[in-house]
Amino acid sequence: MITKRIIPCLDVRDGRVVKGVNFEGLSDVSSPVELGKFYSDNGADELVFYDITASAEGRALFTDILRRVAETIFIPLTVGGGINTVDDFDRVLKCGADKVSVNSGAIRDPELITAAARKYGDQCVVLSADIKRVDGRFTLFARGGRDDTGLDAIEWIKKGVERGAGEIVVNSIDTDGVKGGFDLELLEAVCSAVHVPVIASGGAGCIGDFIELFKKLPAVDAGLAASIFHFGEVEIPVLKRELAGAGINVREV
Amino acid sequence: MVTVIDYGVGNLFSLASSLRAIGEEAVVTGDADKVRSAGRLILPGVGAFGDAAEKLRRGGLYEALLDAAGRGVPLLGICLGMQLLFDESFEYGRHRGLGLIPGAVRAMEPVDKSLKIPHMGWNALHITQPCPILKNTREGEHMYFVHSYYADTAPENIFATAEYGMEVPAVVGRGSVFGAQFHPEKSGERGLAILRAFCAMEGRT
Repeated sequence: MITKRIIPCLDVRDGRVVKGVNFEGLSDVSSPVELGKFYSDNGADELVFYDITASAEGRALFTDILRRVAETIFIPLTVGGGINTVDDFDRVLKCGADKVSVNSGAIRDPELITAAARKYGDQCVVLSADIKRVDGRFTLFARGGRDDTGLDAIEWIKKGVERGAGEIVVNSIDTDGVKGGFDLELLEAVCSAVHVPVIASGGAGCIGDFIELFKKLPAVDAGLAASIFHFGEVEIPVLKRELAGAGINVREV
Repeated sequence: MVTVIDYGVGNLFSLASSLRAIGEEAVVTGDADKVRSAGRLILPGVGAFGDAAEKLRRGGLYEALLDAAGRGVPLLGICLGMQLLFDESFEYGRHRGLGLIPGAVRAMEPVDKSLKIPHMGWNALHITQPCPILKNTREGEHMYFVHSYYADTAPENIFATAEYGMEVPAVVGRGSVFGAQFHPEKSGERGLAILRAFCAMEGRT
């Protein structure tokens, strides 16, 4: 049976991993290439790379770094950030990405999902959604959580899947950075609305949060986090051992 | 040296890097003559069967592959490349494959509706028969799968399976022709071990 996936996420700006990284045993903790390889060698089931560089110059740098990361890791790689056109898909796929994550670009032009899915297959298109409760309603936000779109987040995700999104990353703005656990209420709403893999993001603070996630919501396929992995607060091999001990099916490290 | 067949289906970046990582020289080519004279062949592929089969035919690669396989040149198909080794596929219509392994490619339709399609993620191998490309692989090792169709073939052609609402054929083969439904180039060290075992097989020309 398929295993639950653990996914570290690297936010890359100007060729460096941002969001604190605090690792021993790495000569350069902010190098995406070294950090990517570290995770790949230490039990990560997949890597997510976000380009948070705005300028075109930064984009060329990112593409170069991406290629070097893809050359050194042999696990699936999802790339996101600044994906607005099918050409952007093409650009990152040629650098070794396996899946491409869309967010604000798809909100501006939902046709992007349809066109990319038709060209590269549903499995290649990951819809990432930043969601926050507004007046008790799950609401979709754009531009890294800055803009309230006014759209119902669950409806948006359903439509995205109809258009061909093959996987959903659910980022809860309400739980992000709080380290009080994943947003189970939101995740349950997404899981009951769509039948594609769902990746939980936002809120993980400790190993127990991952155990709770997969125990309470068996329909969730993966847990994603950044700083708790970067700071070594949660080590993936230990996390996997404890998940296995709790009866959750994971890939052995 | 391994010849990786480039017929315009999917990108070969990861496969080429993983072959480099195991110290194997990879020649990526769409040239039928080079395929015909290769000592060892990998047929990759992502996307739809019909389109891929058509592209293989167009470049004369279809005959070159049959010719090489007929002479006992080791051939490894990966994912869609594995499915193309079979007689036919029912993905969006009915399409002819290479016919190097008897069987047909059919849609996965799990009875258990909680199982999502595509079958995507890491799944454990259950080894059903010894096989040269699994000589470095142990029972229960996880590999990375992404597919919606499976190879319907006789047990004698199956070397390993993965459980996903059915016994999904994961490693198949006949003679010197092998196929992996999963992506060894995306399956960490355990996947590289499979590529290494394939590259260690004695080639014939």
